[in-house]
This record gives sequence, structure tokens and C-alpha cells, in this order.
Amino acid sequence: MTLYVNGIGTLGPGLADWAGSRAVLAGKSPSYDALPTEPSASLLPPNERRRSSESVRWALHVAQEAMQQAEADAREVATVFASSDGETGVLDRLCTALAAPQRTISPTLFHHSVHNAASGYWGIATGSQQSSTVLACYDSSFCAALLEAAAYVQIEERSVLLVAYDLPSPPPLYAARPLRGGFAAALLLTRNPAPRNLAQFDLALSTDHSQEATNMDDARLEALRSGNQAARSLPLLAAIARQRSTLVRLEYLEDQYVLIRVRPC
Amino acid sequence: MPHALVHEHLEDDVSRLVDNRGSNQAVDDGPHDPQDHLDAVPQQRHVRAREMAPLILTHYTVVSALGKGLSETYEALRNRRSGLRPCDFEDVGITTYIGRVDDVEDVFVDGGSTSAELERFDCRNNRLALLGLQQDGFIQAAIEARERYGAHRVAVILGSSTSGILETEHAYNRRNPATGALPSSYLTSHRYTHNMFSSAHFVRTYLGLRGPAMVISTACSSSAKAFATAARFIEAGFCDAAVVGGVDSLCLTILYGFASLELMSSGPCRPCDENRNGLTLGESAGFALLEKSKHAGRPGAVALLGYGESCDGYHMSHPHPEGTGAIKAMQAALLRSALIPGDIDYIHLHGTATRSNDSIEDTAVHSVFGPSTPCSSTKGWTGHTLGAAGVTGAVIAAMCLTRGFVPGTLNTTRIDPILSSHVMLDNREQPVRRVLSNSFGFGGNNCSLIFGTV
Repeated sequence: MTLYVNGIGTLGPGLADWAGSRAVLAGKSPSYDALPTEPSASLLPPNERRRSSESVRWALHVAQEAMQQAEADAREVATVFASSDGETGVLDRLCTALAAPQRTISPTLFHHSVHNAASGYWGIATGSQQSSTVLACYDSSFCAALLEAAAYVQIEERSVLLVAYDLPSPPPLYAARPLRGGFAAALLLTRNPAPRNLAQFDLALSTDHSQEATNMDDARLEALRSGNQAARSLPLLAAIARQRSTLVRLEYLEDQYVLIRVRPC
Repeated sequence: MPHALVHEHLEDDVSRLVDNRGSNQAVDDGPHDPQDHLDAVPQQRHVRAREMAPLILTHYTVVSALGKGLSETYEALRNRRSGLRPCDFEDVGITTYIGRVDDVEDVFVDGGSTSAELERFDCRNNRLALLGLQQDGFIQAAIEARERYGAHRVAVILGSSTSGILETEHAYNRRNPATGALPSSYLTSHRYTHNMFSSAHFVRTYLGLRGPAMVISTACSSSAKAFATAARFIEAGFCDAAVVGGVDSLCLTILYGFASLELMSSGPCRPCDENRNGLTLGESAGFALLEKSKHAGRPGAVALLGYGESCDGYHMSHPHPEGTGAIKAMQAALLRSALIPGDIDYIHLHGTATRSNDSIEDTAVHSVFGPSTPCSSTKGWTGHTLGAAGVTGAVIAAMCLTRGFVPGTLNTTRIDPILSSHVMLDNREQPVRRVLSNSFGFGGNNCSLIFGTV
């Protein structure tokens, strides 16, 4: 199955945008630890931005970067959002309120608690009425989303913006799911080649487990990759950054792998 | 720098995959050899773009407040026996009704020799899922599919909106008073109970399936969209068959949450009634085994004919006032199934019984189908089962097709005169060939499914 990458957005420690990430992932500049700047998510109207959760802003920030890079019209693009843990900051406040005697929760808190909050805000901010699928597959959420996005691009013949994101939970939930760091990445995937393509993907599902999954040589990037499902995209992003034909092997579920031949465009 | 990534023989594999994809040779789409690691060769398209080959629901079942399995569900629908009761869930002090499933508390999550692996999944949501799997021979059917196609060729794609959040709600009541820490037993079970992937992880483990898996969580359209994703995965060649469906169970989050939105009725919900005053929450689990008609088709079999997905792009908890997103979803489902509005015999409405949802859905249905196509909401029987509403509607649609029956609308005494679609109050016995079922969720996320017999 062949598809093309038309735009990329990233947000993570030392990976504040695609231009910077590309240099780090291609090995042209050293990786470094830096708290990412607060996502601007400037496409959200100010009042929505104020009300939205941090993870929604992370997701929309990278989504916006990928779309701007490709100069694509959000109203024509379907979306696939992938988050393992969803709105944990909101869920912490919700469960805290429900454990109090009055159990008073606000309407805003409740409708921000849904796993598809970022998808809903994307629709509100862009006015897009295209399909939006939000999925979870624990540490394999990015992989599952890549399959869903690829199948959608191929069969529905429409471009898909894939957005993967997860932030560490606040305490006490953090102890249940200690994500090492926040990360978000977006890829705009299209069916047909175009002048702005960043890479070509040939993608297939495989059960051949005779080879190791691709990981990152850089210890800092490898720690990020293994500690957050959204950062499981890093080997793919690194292959795009290096502009060489590369076979990337992502671990999906136990003996399932997604193989992606990444070719520069 | 990342590892050197090029492994010669893997490169060959991908090249062969790509070569196959590009060729015009006939591709055998029979069951794949489980040992064949080139199993992802995409199948040739059988149909023109935007139309889909029907997928057979070879087995399906549902558990809701109406009962366990198809027979109890059908009898309750036919006899107009509601599953709703005054709220008796835990110590919830809200004056409302709920569609609670009996005996969920008594389900034992156990799998014989693999019980240690399964016990960690124990929570209300997975107990309800297991209760669903145990009906109508579904487990046996899934095992047969596993043996027929190979475990890694059968996907598990489910929908849920709140997963096992009840466990987290309980754990917050047991925080350490000094440190605020959650109990250690919760910390180790979180992944298998509350995490959004939990239900698919549980079902796939229970059934011994090893194909692609995920949970779709788009609020109340979740388990309808599971059908769409499964159809794409089968067409893309990622799997040969899929266990689709969903599960959502009662919890404090949804009861107090919908109360905060003032969207909950104090009595049993009355969809489309002129005096409707909100929804009634319920819980359900439903599953269907989706297979290609080439392998599973037989005269009279129920099939997924089409799906349509859209968003409102309007508001987090209020549908687009003109129903444009809902219209788009229904039209896309018709296009996908190559049907026209006149081909649909019955529309299973999302029909939650809030004032605005019912009137906006009516506007959308009327704009696509006009005033004649019979439609109804079954929420007066089951309550709104949120992420499991889509599969519940799908199974009811399948029963309409196989039993020549159409449910009316329960608890409703006078249809709101402002509604212009053909909302039915009474049940009907009539042949049904095609049913459209709507599911619309928070975040303005819509999915319409079309089922028919082949």
C-alpha cells in the first residue's frame, strides 16, 4: 500500500517543530533535553483555547503545523487521532470531584473528559466535517492509527491527518501509567504524489518476527520512543529526516509488525 | 543516529508486497496461510471506488437492560417491555432511570487454563463484555473463525466511551489520606481495566485472536465506527475477518456528567415525544463477526452494506443545528452501499430523547429521506448505551432483517408535532430488506450504517 507524506508536525522535548526535529533526527544536530514551549494551538479561538486541556492543545498544535506546511485545506482532510491515555488531566479532576461528598462536576469538565476531545476541537476550530476517528491501542496506538490512516487514504481516496499524542498523567494517576515525557506528532498522508511530498511510504502488515523492531540509537530519543506511544513514530520520522530509502519496522501487537519502506521524494 | 535499517531480505519482502499490489494478476483472497508473513498483500478491489462489497455478519449478539442475547432482546422489543428502572446503581443520588444489565456483578472473568492472564482484566466493563461474548454461541463462532483464517488474520475492533473508568472512580475513594496515592492493586490493574484499549485487549486475549486490534473512542458513535474501520481493514487486506462491536457500562462519570449537562430525564426517556425531557443512560455490550461474503455469504444472511462517517465541526456537546454532519453521514452510507433513500425500509434513529438531538436528527432524516421512510428510536427500551449504542443498533437492525419486524418507539405517547419524519410509535410485522442505523456522539462525531440481507 503506497501513500505519501505531505506535512509533519512535532512537539516534544528538544523536538519543538519539524524543522528542528528534522535536524536532530537526521543526526545533523545533537539531541537535547528541553521542556517544549507551551503549544500555541493558535487556530483555536481564544476562549476555546483557554478552556481546552493541555493535551488538546498539544494535539492541535502539531496538527496545525503539518497542515500549514502542506498548505492543505482542513475541510478536505479526514483525521485519525491516537491517544493511549486520553484526557488524564481532566479525568483526574473528574475522579477527584466524584470522590468528594457532593460529587459536583461542571458540564465543561464532563464534555472535555471524552477521549475524542482533541478531535472535537479540531472540528470546531477548522469547521471540517470530514470523518474523524479516535483510537487507542496502549503503546501501539500510533501503529494502529497508521494502519487506520493508510487504509482510509487508500479506500476512501481522501487525505488523512494522523495525530498521535500523549502527556504524562498528573499524580496520583501518573503512578498507574508513568509516561516518560509528553510527545505529539502529526503526519498528513495522501494517496497520490504531489510536488510537496516529504516522503513516500510503502506499508504492509507483517508477522515475521525474525528481525528486531527499529529503534533509536540516540539514548535520549530512544527513552522518549519507548516511553510514549506517540513517540513510537520517531523511527519513521527519522527515516524521513535522513532522506534515504529506509525500511522501518514498527512493533504493533506481539507478533504483528508494520513495515514501512520510506523513500525520499 | 538510528540503527542501520536496511535488512536485505525484508527489503525483498516489501518489494514483493508492492509488486503484488501493482499487478493485475488475480489475487487469491481465500484464507491465508498463518505462516505466510506476506499476509498483508492488499486484496484487489472488487468494486468501484466508494462502493463496498457487502460484509456478512455471520454471528452477532447483544446484552443490554432488555436481556442477554438475541431471543431475550427480541421478546422484549416485541412485547414492548422496557429495560429501564429507577436508578439503583451504587449509591447514586440522582432522580433518574437507568438501563442496568442484571447480574454483571456476578460474572466471573475466568478463562480456565489462562485464568491468571484474564483475571487482571476484571472490572464491570469487561464483565459486561464477557457476558456479551457468552451469548448466542459467539465465542465458538470466533474460535471457528480463528481456526479458519488463522489467529493473526482476525481483527478485534471495538468501541467504548468510558472503558473501565469505574475502577478509577473507586480507586480515588481509596486514596492514601496522607500521600494521596492510589491503592497499589489499582496501579497494576489500570492498564487492563480503565485504559481505553482494555476491552479489545480483553476480548482478543479471551478469544485467542492475534490480528490487528484497537478501541475506537468517539463517544456515542464509537462502536458504529468500529464497523467502518473493520470494513476498511478487511478491504485493505490487514485481516480476513473481524470481531467488531463495543461495550460501555454504567459509572459515576456518565451519570453525574449527563446530570451536569441537564440532559437526563427524571423518568424513563420518551424519544420524539412532544414532552420529552432528556435521555436515560444504559449499558450494553454487542459483538458481530464480520466476514467477506465470498466465504460466509448464504441466502438471507445479514450484511453490512455501507457506512458513512462525518463530523459536525460545530460544538463539543451540541449537534449542528441544521444537522449537516448527520446528513453527510447518512448520504455517505447510501453512496457506499450504492443505494438510494427509497431503498431503505427502516431507520433506527440515534433518538436519545433530548429536546434538541431528536429534532435535529429529524431535520437531517427528513432532508435525506423525506416524510415516508419509517423510523423509530429504541432508547425507551435500552436507554442510551453511549459507546455501545452503535453495535446495539446494528444488532437490532439485524433482527429486523431476519425476523420481519420493526420496533416502534417506547414510552412516547404523542409524537412531537414539529417532527416531520415518519416516526413510528407502534411495532410492525413486515418484511425488511434494508435498515439504516444512526449513531451521533459528543464532539460532533457521526456514523451511519446500512444493513441488509444478501
